[in-house]
Amino acid sequence: MEVGLKMGMKGGGLNHVGGCEKAKMGFAETELRLGLPGGGGSGEGEVVRKRGFSETVDLKLNLSSKESSGMDANDEKVKVLHKEKNLLPCATDPAKPPAKAQVVGWPPVRSFRKNVLATQKGSSEESSEKAAFVKVSMDGAPYLRKVDLRMYNSYQDLSDALAKMFGSFTIGNCGSQGMKDFMNESKLMDLLNDSDYVPTYEDKDGDWMLVGDVPWEMFVESCKRLRIMKGTEAIGLAPRAMEKCKNRS
Amino acid sequence: MNYFPDEVLEPVFDFITSHKDRNSVSLVCKSWFKIERYSRQRVFIGNCYSTCPERLIARFPGLKSLTLKGKPHFADFNLVPHDWGGFLYPWIEALAKSRIGLEELRLKRMVVSDESLELLSKSFVNFKSLVLVSCEGFTTDGLAAIAANCRFLRELDLQENEVDDHRGHWLSCFPESCTSLVSLNFACLKGEINLGALERLVARSPNLKSLRLNRAVPFDTLEKLLMQAPQLLDLGTGSYVPDPSSEAYNRLKSAIQRCKSIRSLSGFLEVNPRCMSAIYPICANLTFLNLSYAPGLSGNELTKLIQHCRKLQRLWILDYIGDKGLGVVASTCKELQELRVFPTDPLGAGNAAVTEEGLVLISAGCPKLNSLLYFCQQMTNAALITVAKNCPNFICFRLCILDPIKPDPVTNRPLDEGFGAIVESCEGLKRLSLSGLLSDQVFLYIGMYAKQLEMLSIAFAGDSDEGMLYVLNGCKKLRKLEIRDSPFGNAALLEDVGKYETMRSLWMSSCEVTLGGCKTLAEKMPSLSVEIINESQQMEFSLDDRTVDKMYLYRTLVGHRKDAPEFVWIL
Repeated sequence: MEVGLKMGMKGGGLNHVGGCEKAKMGFAETELRLGLPGGGGSGEGEVVRKRGFSETVDLKLNLSSKESSGMDANDEKVKVLHKEKNLLPCATDPAKPPAKAQVVGWPPVRSFRKNVLATQKGSSEESSEKAAFVKVSMDGAPYLRKVDLRMYNSYQDLSDALAKMFGSFTIGNCGSQGMKDFMNESKLMDLLNDSDYVPTYEDKDGDWMLVGDVPWEMFVESCKRLRIMKGTEAIGLAPRAMEKCKNRS
Repeated sequence: MNYFPDEVLEPVFDFITSHKDRNSVSLVCKSWFKIERYSRQRVFIGNCYSTCPERLIARFPGLKSLTLKGKPHFADFNLVPHDWGGFLYPWIEALAKSRIGLEELRLKRMVVSDESLELLSKSFVNFKSLVLVSCEGFTTDGLAAIAANCRFLRELDLQENEVDDHRGHWLSCFPESCTSLVSLNFACLKGEINLGALERLVARSPNLKSLRLNRAVPFDTLEKLLMQAPQLLDLGTGSYVPDPSSEAYNRLKSAIQRCKSIRSLSGFLEVNPRCMSAIYPICANLTFLNLSYAPGLSGNELTKLIQHCRKLQRLWILDYIGDKGLGVVASTCKELQELRVFPTDPLGAGNAAVTEEGLVLISAGCPKLNSLLYFCQQMTNAALITVAKNCPNFICFRLCILDPIKPDPVTNRPLDEGFGAIVESCEGLKRLSLSGLLSDQVFLYIGMYAKQLEMLSIAFAGDSDEGMLYVLNGCKKLRKLEIRDSPFGNAALLEDVGKYETMRSLWMSSCEVTLGGCKTLAEKMPSLSVEIINESQQMEFSLDDRTVDKMYLYRTLVGHRKDAPEFVWIL
């Protein structure tokens, strides 16, 4: 369940800096805006007169006893540096180490580099955690299951796994490359007409489709949830070509 | 000297190639000035606003190669608004109207529009080389114009530019007749590339020596390109995510074996870490390795790779290598001259994986080290003193402790003594960047010892005007000084106003200088342009007592620039 939630959040954007920054983005009117990496005009020291450097330093001093013994030097720094402008505080996010203020233009890394590393980090996190968990429901079953589509390499694998999970149903014979052979009308009609269950899925556009039409990889990308329907109910999902054939015969 | 006819002096001057020497030659006497200016082919303009295109064209009619720099250095870190200035177009416009046969253009931190690229591509028949570093303002349409119109193009080198990518089509604009390419670097482009066009281009470029791909170029294409271009000296891979069981991977392994000339390697923007062993055969001859955009490797794989690179002279990496990994570098790379360690996570202040220990190991193992850029978690005076002893040859020393005012964690003292040791020991030091907790004392040392220092970057340092004064008084060769968030005010700024005429520029932001102080300076020194960058719009021109957010001043021959945006006041 948690993984599902994670996927939802990741979809929200590649802002890897942290939840606190996302929250701040709504505060258009206040001076508290953050110097986002390569964020162009938004972060250039024009804002934030509120939070004092001293407060930030205090918070830092609380982190360890070692630092607090250096208080003299830091205190001088505090007196001299009442520079409130360039320190953009991060609202304390309990998940993160507290009180590291984001300073505009610090560390001195080219914004190009900052942007590239941020994007790369975002996408590599995505691809390594990109489990494609989808809910699976079966007509008549008392509860749903979840499967990670990336655990399987083909429709047959998925079919086997679902069969184990839900008892008896079948995806039917898969043609070469794991795609149904739609020219074999009779096969498909048999499948749909008998009482076996047939897997269907909801795609990115919200349409309910018959599983097996498209290459496996494409299916994994576009599948949002699975529903195992009774074969008789699934007839309405057959491709139009088949319907034409049905009408003819 | 005047007894020699011009024809004799000209070939003598041809041997004088460095800009500084050429400038000195031109000052000797009128006839030398004249001969030098007619024979000068390469001109370097470190601040595009210090002069104007007309003066350039009038003085150097034989100009072939122009280098221009625009925005101040701190623009790289978002401290300068985008539309501050540094526009290329007026230069191209003026050069196009003249008789100048421009062949090479090298730009840094300039705003380059598609119009200027198009005009450039159409105005100079023999144009050969375009190098853009940290520029912005153009799209791939501008690149398409360059590709299509520059018939003898040898070099197109794009480094870390912000390019609006309209996807793919520009590479196809190189005509079939274009076979002159020597260097092609588009690693910074974010969009898709026409892979077929790229393959054909490489296939018809027998002189291609340097090729750096962007992330959109997949492994399969890389393998094909290497088969076509075994003569490469410099390779930047795009995406390096092979399927280890594939035929393509096997073909790459043999293609790599044939690339016996590769001395420089970069890229790996996406990487399958288990396949780095295919690269080992070329490691033995590498002199430059840049893996600073390859966060996908781990410290172990990186270290394993480096162990094969015994001839490395320049190494750019990310800090996940760790102190231990730096130890491996130290014991392997005895020829190392330049090391750059970038933060893997620039915003995760305090999570850097390297400390003073790694630097000490490097200094002990690499005596030829002369250039350093080091982002680290912490630094100690003791470490810096050791480094100074081990490596007296530093020309460039840039240390960035991620927490900007962190003291020596062992003694809790400022890092004055450590940096003091560096400047005392490294008599040839030309460039220095400071960080960590620093008092005025460090500036006393810099003023005393850093006699060759040309560029100094200061952030969150010092206690009083004394600090800045030590530097201005002591560093006779100072050309560029950039200061942020430090308590230097009018007294320091105004003590020796003549000094700024001997420098290229001074940047001060979030310091204590006031508007009144800047006005005074501008009045006294008409040869300087004193700019106030005033984004907050809270400043009123009459309030002399207000401290100034950002001040940038530079010497100029041509007075105040006319293209400044509204938020820039030129006093």
